[in-house]
Amino acid sequence: MFQRILVANRGEIALRVIRACKEMGIGAVAVFSEADRDASYLALADEAICIGPAAPAQSYLNIARIISAAEVADVDAIHPGYGFLAENAHFAEVSRSCNIEFIGPSVEAMRQVGDKVQARNLAKRAKIYVIPGSQTPLESEDEALALAHEIGYPVMVKAAAGGGGRGMRIAHNDISLVQAVRQGRAEAEAAFKDGRVYLEKCVEAARHVEVQIVGDHYGNVVHFWERDCSLQRRHQKLVEESPSPALSRKTREKLCDAAVRMAKEAGYSGAGTVEFLVDRKETFYLLEVNARIQVEHPVTEAVTGVDLVQWQIRVAAGEHLRLRQRDVPQIGHAIECRINAEDCANGFRPCAGPIRKFRVPGGPGVRVDTHCFEGWTITPHYDSMIGKLIVHRPTREAAVATMRRALDEFVVEPIRTTIPLHREIMANPDFLRGNVDTRWVERVWQVGAARG
Amino acid sequence: MADEKTGKERPVAGTPSEGAALDTIHKLVDLMEKHGLVEVEVEQADLAVRLRKGGAEVTAAAPASPAPAAPAAPPKAESAPGATINSPMVGTFYASSSPEGEAFVKVGDHVTEETVVCIIEAMKVFNEIRAEMSGTIEKVLVKSAQAVEFGQPLFAVRPD
Repeated sequence: MFQRILVANRGEIALRVIRACKEMGIGAVAVFSEADRDASYLALADEAICIGPAAPAQSYLNIARIISAAEVADVDAIHPGYGFLAENAHFAEVSRSCNIEFIGPSVEAMRQVGDKVQARNLAKRAKIYVIPGSQTPLESEDEALALAHEIGYPVMVKAAAGGGGRGMRIAHNDISLVQAVRQGRAEAEAAFKDGRVYLEKCVEAARHVEVQIVGDHYGNVVHFWERDCSLQRRHQKLVEESPSPALSRKTREKLCDAAVRMAKEAGYSGAGTVEFLVDRKETFYLLEVNARIQVEHPVTEAVTGVDLVQWQIRVAAGEHLRLRQRDVPQIGHAIECRINAEDCANGFRPCAGPIRKFRVPGGPGVRVDTHCFEGWTITPHYDSMIGKLIVHRPTREAAVATMRRALDEFVVEPIRTTIPLHREIMANPDFLRGNVDTRWVERVWQVGAARG
Repeated sequence: MADEKTGKERPVAGTPSEGAALDTIHKLVDLMEKHGLVEVEVEQADLAVRLRKGGAEVTAAAPASPAPAAPAAPPKAESAPGATINSPMVGTFYASSSPEGEAFVKVGDHVTEETVVCIIEAMKVFNEIRAEMSGTIEKVLVKSAQAVEFGQPLFAVRPD
C-alpha cells in the first residue's frame, strides 16, 4: 500500500481524496496555487506545497511543477482528482516514469477510451450500440453532408478530443451543418489542439445514464450500478440520481453489464464511468467513457455503500477487487444537486467573490462535499463549484423531500448560486414524475439552446 | 495623470469633461468585470484611458480539458518590494554548484539582476536562479538540499 499520496487537484475533490488517505492511514500531500493559499483542506493534509501562481497553466495543469512537488515530498503515488490533468495520458506517463504511481488506468487504456473515435470501435467489439455516425473523423464537408442525409437530421458535430460536454454543435440542415463542421474544427483545434471532428445522429428526447465501474490490475471489473444525469444545461450536469427513474430492471442490468464489457475490452483499471444515451424505447448507445473519478461519485457511494476513492487507491496499489458483482447492492434512492456560484437568473453568469455567510445543511440522509467556508473567496481562476449536496433515503419521494428541506437550510451569501434553480427543479412536476431528458432544463427554463 | 496604485488614468479635476470621463471609466470597469478582461485601452477625442487589472493573472478555467506539459520558463515570483528573493519553482535548493564548492553568494555580497544566487533542482534538471534585483544579501533563509516551494523566500536582500 502507498505510504504517501500527492493530491494533484484543488477544491472539494482535493478534500475528498485527503479524507480517503487519512482514513487509510496514508500520508496526504496537498499542492496549492497562490490563489488557494487559504484553502481549508491544506491543514488537513500532512504537507502542503505551493506550486505556482493562480493561473492553472502554471499550477494545477503544470506537469513539471506537480512532479517536482511529488519528488521533494517523496510520495509514491499521485491522485489526479477530476478535471485538470486527470485524463492526461502524458502526465500519467511522466509520473510513472519517475516511479510515482498514477492513480488511474494504464496510459494505453486512457488513450483508447479518451479518443472518441477509438472508443466507438471498442464499443462495437464489446457489442454495444454506438450512435449512428461517422466511423472515422470527417475528411470533408461533402462527406459530412452525405452522411447526414444517410442518418437523417438533426446531427451533432463533435470534437474527437472533446469531452465533458465541450466541442459539440447541432445541425438541423445542410447550411448549418457546413457551418458547424467549419467552426467545430476551428474550435477543437484551439481548445484541444486537435481539430478532428466526427458526426453523430442526434438522439432526441434522450436520457443520459452512466454506469460506475472499477477494475483492478488483474482483469476483474465490477459495476456499481447507474446514475441518471439527464438534468443538464449546455451539457453540464446539474442534478444526478441513482437509480434512474426511467429504466426497467432489465434495461438497467443490460446497461450495467454492457459497461463492464466495455471496461474489459479496454483493459481498464481504476475507477471509471461509461456514459450512455437512452432513448424512449430504452435502447442505449455509448456516449463516452470517463477515465477518472467523477464529480457525482457520492450518488453511487450512497446507494452501494462503497468508498470509491478508497477503491481507486487500493486497486492502484495492486490489490484485487475482492467484490463479486452480486455483492454490490443498490439500496434506496440518492440525489445530488451541484451547487455552483452562478447567477441562474442572469444567464448562469459565474459569480466570483467572498462568501460572508455559509450555512451547510445536515441531519438524516444529508451529505455535503464542499471546500468552502465563511470567509473563503470564490476566484475567477477555476470552476464555479461551491459544493455538492447529496441526499439518500429509502424512496425517491423521500429523497426529494429531504433535498427540498436541505436546499432550504443551505445559505450562501452574498454571491449568487444555483440553489434557487434546484429548489424549482425539486418542485417541478416533470422532474417528480421522472419525466425529463437532456434538453429539458433548457426548454423549461429557456436559458439558451445548445450551440448550433 | 495616472494613479500610481492602480494605473488608472484620472481626468484633471474640475474640467467640464470630468463627469463624462468618469462615466466612461465606470463603464469600462463594468465591461472588464463582465467579460473577465485584464487590460483595456480606449482613445476618444478628449480622453485616452488604459485600465489594467491589478493582482495575479486572471485566466478562465478550463478544468475539463487536458493540456500538454508546459515546459515554459518559470515566471518571476513577486518579491515583497526589494525585501526577499523568492523561489520561482518547486524543487530542492542548493547554495553551491557542487557539494564541496563555494556558495554562489554569501551574506554581505552585492548582487545585480543577472547574478546567479543559487540552484534549484527540479525533476533532475538544475536551474540557475538569478537575483533579478540589485542589492546586498542580508540573510540566507534556506539550507542546501532543502525542499522549497513556489514563492518561498530564499534570501533576504537590502535593495540598493
